[in-house]
Amino acid sequence: MKRLGKYTFTFESAPAILSGAGSVGKAEGEGPLAHEFDFINENDGVGASTWEKAEASLVRQAVTLAIDKARLTPAEIDVAFAGDLLNQCTASTFGFRELQIPLAGLFGACSTFALALFMAALFVDGGYAKHALAEASSHFCSAEKQFRMPLEYGGQRPQTAQRTVTGAGACIVGAKGTGPRIVRGCVGRITDMDVSDPANMGAAMAPAAAATIGEYLLDTKTVPEDYDLILTGDLGSVGAALMRDLLRSDYGCDPGAVHNDCGLMVFDAKKQDVHAGGSGCGCSAAVFSTKILRELSNGTLSRVLFAGTGALMSPLTTLQGESIPCICHAVELAGGERRL
Amino acid sequence: MDKETYREKVKRASPDSPLVKNCLWAFCVGGAICLIGEALFTLYARLGADEKTAPALVSVTLIAVTAALTGVGVFDRIAKHAGAGTMVPITGFANSVVSPAVEFATEGRVTGTAVRMFTIAGPVIVYGCSAASLYGLIYYCFLRG
Repeated sequence: MKRLGKYTFTFESAPAILSGAGSVGKAEGEGPLAHEFDFINENDGVGASTWEKAEASLVRQAVTLAIDKARLTPAEIDVAFAGDLLNQCTASTFGFRELQIPLAGLFGACSTFALALFMAALFVDGGYAKHALAEASSHFCSAEKQFRMPLEYGGQRPQTAQRTVTGAGACIVGAKGTGPRIVRGCVGRITDMDVSDPANMGAAMAPAAAATIGEYLLDTKTVPEDYDLILTGDLGSVGAALMRDLLRSDYGCDPGAVHNDCGLMVFDAKKQDVHAGGSGCGCSAAVFSTKILRELSNGTLSRVLFAGTGALMSPLTTLQGESIPCICHAVELAGGERRL
Repeated sequence: MDKETYREKVKRASPDSPLVKNCLWAFCVGGAICLIGEALFTLYARLGADEKTAPALVSVTLIAVTAALTGVGVFDRIAKHAGAGTMVPITGFANSVVSPAVEFATEGRVTGTAVRMFTIAGPVIVYGCSAASLYGLIYYCFLRG
């Protein structure tokens, strides 16, 4: 069995991430990670006539660049795992429409990219794919349109709200080749602590992150200090503090200085009006596929636990008064050539 | 951690909206809109509108200006600070009709703009008319002189 403890999968061949690419919108391009991204679109419309098409363009930009960087062609990608926030995985489906890559659409809300990386590693490790692609995207405008209010509606957002990142990130996972390795992973369980406020998704997702990270540390008999970075997807400032609190009380460990959150990294909370930080599938996808991947490749980071968090509500369940079921999937990365 | 303890932690960890700042903005912007309304009323009255026509003209003007500002993407930037100051006057109603109309235009003039136009304002119309009808009924039955 390629299993460790209760929930952890071990990828014995340690598939390599051959390349990664991230494409973002204007606000993200004005944030602290501007120099990390491959594409910064000056206009969030990306020259398309609808927000959905704009997001599909981001998908295409990230996917084609990641494939180019790995010196491959779309025909050499055996399978792609991709997802977004829109109904029926709209952005992924339309983004991949012309690429002719075997596609498995995923939905894990903002945890999608971590799940896609996990699936890609699983397929490569299992020998079912030589090259697998992981991709996820989100767009501020298409997400607002589906989940919240029209863009031009004049309302005030609470301090706990987060801004959906306009961006897409893609990574190519390969059986052979150089690059950071995906050594282990873990599929999360639905966690619901009765938070029902869709404007406080960090608080809703924090228990899922704590559960997955806590169980992963138990399975692998490691402590937070064993990692250079424990990276959560998009908990934002409220969720990040709550997750640390939960890990302390439920698992007796404190990720402290090794914890960071893509939602806190992507925007400048003081200068940019983003309240609790960034969110969306594209948040962790774009940050991981650029900055984190680069630092894993150049040796700045050698052991990273990447835990993507997702709030799995829909506009319908919110109106029906349901609380928000959340999930967190994790993959462990080893920098450079390091294996297990 | 049990759900009750977590609920308390969430409450403590979640920063409140800046109430005093929001109230001040709402008071100033809302007051300014009313002042503009009064100025328009005086203007229309001087131009010869009678007491029934002038208020209607004021409303129409404010609605038209809001619709235009919403269309060019300026209204939400003001409203982000003004909050209730722009939402409570008739400007808020106009914005809530125009903003979905603009947003869903990509789904067609009929199935997008027209269908979605009243998604936010619809409940106000439904319950506003219901309350008015109920009041009318009570007035008709009991209060009519």
